[in-house]
Amino acid sequence: MDSLLPEVQEIFRAVFDQPGLIITRESNASTVDDWDSLTHINLVTAIEKSFKIKFALGELQELKNVGDLLDLAQTKMAAK
Amino acid sequence: MNRYRSIWTSIGEAVGCQIVQNNFELPCNAILGNLDAISPGGATRFINELNRCFALEATANPRLTLQDLSSISARVGLNQWFDPERWLSYKIANTVEGSFAIATSLAALVRAMYGRARKVLVLDLDNTLWGGVIGDDGPDKIVLGRETPIAEAYTAFQEYCLSLRQRGVLLAVCSKNDEAVAKQGFAHPDSVLKLEHFSAFKANWEPKHENILAIAQELNLGVDSFVFVDDNPAERAIVEAQIPSVAVPDVGNEVAKYASIIEVQRYFELLSLGKEDLTRAKLYEQNAQRAHLEQRFANYGEYLDSLEMTAEIGAFNATYMERIAQLTNKSNQFNLTTRRYTLAEIESTVNDGRHIGIYGKLADRFGDNGLISVVLGSVQGLELHLDLWLMSCRVPKREMEIAMLDGLVERAKERNIELVIGYYLPTAKNGMVANHYEKLGFTLTSKDEATGATTWSLDIKTYADRSRHIRILERVHGQPVA
Repeated sequence: MDSLLPEVQEIFRAVFDQPGLIITRESNASTVDDWDSLTHINLVTAIEKSFKIKFALGELQELKNVGDLLDLAQTKMAAK
Repeated sequence: MNRYRSIWTSIGEAVGCQIVQNNFELPCNAILGNLDAISPGGATRFINELNRCFALEATANPRLTLQDLSSISARVGLNQWFDPERWLSYKIANTVEGSFAIATSLAALVRAMYGRARKVLVLDLDNTLWGGVIGDDGPDKIVLGRETPIAEAYTAFQEYCLSLRQRGVLLAVCSKNDEAVAKQGFAHPDSVLKLEHFSAFKANWEPKHENILAIAQELNLGVDSFVFVDDNPAERAIVEAQIPSVAVPDVGNEVAKYASIIEVQRYFELLSLGKEDLTRAKLYEQNAQRAHLEQRFANYGEYLDSLEMTAEIGAFNATYMERIAQLTNKSNQFNLTTRRYTLAEIESTVNDGRHIGIYGKLADRFGDNGLISVVLGSVQGLELHLDLWLMSCRVPKREMEIAMLDGLVERAKERNIELVIGYYLPTAKNGMVANHYEKLGFTLTSKDEATGATTWSLDIKTYADRSRHIRILERVHGQPVA
């Protein structure tokens, strides 16, 4: 299920401009520096673009950490 | 409208900066259908009216710059512009594509404010300005005119280039061709562009990047103001690699798309359309005539006399404020300190009583160069510190700087100044004026070894006018008269 993690980690590094950033399934806005509302938008947009998916309204509110995000992305990609 | 006017006034008073105001895109839903644009209660009609009022305000107020969101959104397409999900989640009204279009436009506006909009369009010939290869097919066989769709497309692109020239963008040719053969293309009866429309013409077999550097030198403009258009990807790649500051749009090889691909990048953004812009290409043409004349004189002073130059040197005044501010932002080469001023900042130097600011206009037998030089100093006791000394590179080596020094000293003496202090702050572009103050007889007082910045001083107690080749128009009531 975590096959997307390396790619998502690269997206995080680019968006946060932190080349050494390590992302795990447990990472969330309180464990990653600079994860504010604006970087959040950039992050979501970048993930949507690179996996060619679109999150529906409200779907993101339910997510608690990167693991949830990966699972949702995976489900969406499988459904295509 | 009153609400917006009061906002602009407050910003002007509080910050004194250039204001970029968006106008409005049309509403995402036309509730009244087609009637929305017609009925007094229609949102579409309301937005159209409001945008028209904004345009009138921006025309009347030089500090107000309008960003035409209405057109930007229309180009993207309103259905690709609004993003309800981004609006509901983040209160961002438009799509990523929309944001990108706004950013491109805003960046172009800011570049234009700082005088960094591009100024020159360098064009290839074969399969760029006409179809076919003139050297192989012959001047009669190139594809141009109204006979076929492809011929019409090349004609349309030539018309696009000509319209850019008419608004102040200089055109240049850079082509791998025999020069004589290449020039025959513009004698083609259907060629919209004629030889006289080009400010520089390089058709030879040298590498294109070398020709582009030669064109830059000829026009006295930096290559970072150039856009290069060529249908051949190999030529584009080499120019891009050799001179990274030249803009090389990927125009592909379909002539029908060249213009829109160039347009999207907003290379040639401008803030206002002045007389300067409409006559710029003509000025460069006159320069070529002057260069031709120069070759006929053995002695440079004799050449300067033959130009029959007259200068008007005056204190900053309302008529020229906008041009003065524009020059402080556009001049990079003949600019001692490269300080940029907004219109508001220039205006404030006139009223505070602590500055001496003069402009110079120069005319000669070939035409009027307009306002081309600005010097601004701040008075500190018996000293005048020169914050700014710049000149347009349209008029180098005409001894205009000597005439400006005369004009400056005259006004400084009226204010009991004894010492004039000059500063040279080096940049990547202003090497040509490193010795400016030395040439004018100033004494070096300090040099910063780290930055290369120098400070100079000139005692003006016994200064006598030095200008010999330029006739200065007399001052009446402090202002020059013809």
